[in-house]
Amino acid sequence: MTTFSQVLSEVAMLLSGPDPDLIEIVGLSLRVSVTATVLACLIGLPLGALLAIRPFPGRGLCTLLINTLMGMPPVVLGLMVYLLLSRSGPMGFLQLLYTPTAMIIAQFALVLPIVAALTRQQVEDSWKDYCDPMHSLCVPTTSAVQTLLWDNRLSLLTAALAGFSRAISEVGAVIIVGGNIDHLTRVMTTAIVLETSKGDLPLALALGVVLMTIALIINALVFSSKGKLA
Amino acid sequence: MIKNILLSLSVLLSPCLTHADNLADDKTVLLQSTTSTANSGLYDYLLPVFESQTGIQVNVVAVGTGQAIKNATNCDADVLLIHARESELEFVSQGYGIERHDLMYNDFIIVGPQSDPANIANLNTISDALTAIADTQSIFISRGDDSGTHKKEVSLWNNADTDPTIHSGKWYRETGSGMGATLNLAVGMNAYTLTDRATWLSFKNRGSHRIVIEGDESLFNQYGIILVNPAKCPRSNVESGQAFVNWMISETGQSLIEQYKLNAQQLFYPNASQ
Repeated sequence: MTTFSQVLSEVAMLLSGPDPDLIEIVGLSLRVSVTATVLACLIGLPLGALLAIRPFPGRGLCTLLINTLMGMPPVVLGLMVYLLLSRSGPMGFLQLLYTPTAMIIAQFALVLPIVAALTRQQVEDSWKDYCDPMHSLCVPTTSAVQTLLWDNRLSLLTAALAGFSRAISEVGAVIIVGGNIDHLTRVMTTAIVLETSKGDLPLALALGVVLMTIALIINALVFSSKGKLA
Repeated sequence: MIKNILLSLSVLLSPCLTHADNLADDKTVLLQSTTSTANSGLYDYLLPVFESQTGIQVNVVAVGTGQAIKNATNCDADVLLIHARESELEFVSQGYGIERHDLMYNDFIIVGPQSDPANIANLNTISDALTAIADTQSIFISRGDDSGTHKKEVSLWNNADTDPTIHSGKWYRETGSGMGATLNLAVGMNAYTLTDRATWLSFKNRGSHRIVIEGDESLFNQYGIILVNPAKCPRSNVESGQAFVNWMISETGQSLIEQYKLNAQQLFYPNASQ
């Protein structure tokens, strides 16, 4: 049976020497998930804010849809992106399947509804306080969005973190569109799945500990930057 | 402020977006493969040699045989390396593959708990063993995923004139997952399961499980290699794919397969006919 001491000694092994394979896998995990989250924020933040302050027909339906998409199973999304990017699919000519770019696309689509939905709720709540003064001053929508996003930056940072956490922890989508190819598309979560399938449970768990440690460091960095942003 | 943020973002993203991710490169082969060859470390042993001799990089997607065939049917492969002879021939006859070559073989085994509740370790044939498992209603874990191993298992039950699927969810349990996940379950449930020898020998979470049935002729496990047909899949990388197939069935590839050992045990026996 796998014991905690086995896991701990594996963790110590992984962290003792800078294993180039591990660094590569961690690096790719961060590259894919950070890129996906940043892109999702670039679109999700203004999209969520617009949904909150700009009335248009079908807005309720849009909100409902985005909130529902937060619960999209990664494996289903992975399959959809796979069908799109497959060599026999509509976007096959791009030759993107089994590349980090494909993984970024999949995670972007997973993170976007989370960022947009959380932004929408946050902005809607604070919009109530701004609504009148802004209307009386005739603030155009663009600057209203800018102001609201900036004033809510701390809450929205948490929305971005929620999106990043979803991206870095999911395996269902990246294993389908990335293929878990060694030195090309292997990330932390797919490596954990691989080691589990080899029956190397201590190594799989140790990789999990490393992944959570990285997530902890990123959260700590964001947390400490909150003071400066406030 | 916003300009600054955008600027720093573009700097952050530029290496990601311009990175040479392209698989269409002439010097790469996309290999859809069964898992046993990957999990046992065979590719880690063979591919660096092939890459240094030819400059061609092989990207391995290791999934079950059923999934590998489906992906290759969608043209998401240049070469297919699997172990389900009939499905392979069908793949070729449907025009998706150009030619199928025997590559190597090993054998399937039944692993089970040390206590051997169905008392099959001393039986001679696999049919007797499966009948005993069914009679004693001992837990048997099936892949249930249309993989090469699953197809073999179904044919073995047929030979034993037993249909275990009517007991699905009781003593016959279908995981629908890969070999490794299935072995983890078998160990956890004190159950029997069918596995290829290579996966078993490289599997680390064996608990007190052991091989209970081996050596029956019908447990033969043949691996085949197929080049995907560019007539069906115009985007496939046929030149590099052909080079890889040729190398695998060549004397160089075959003798390397023969030499590959894990814990001093040979896992695959080359048998390509040139």
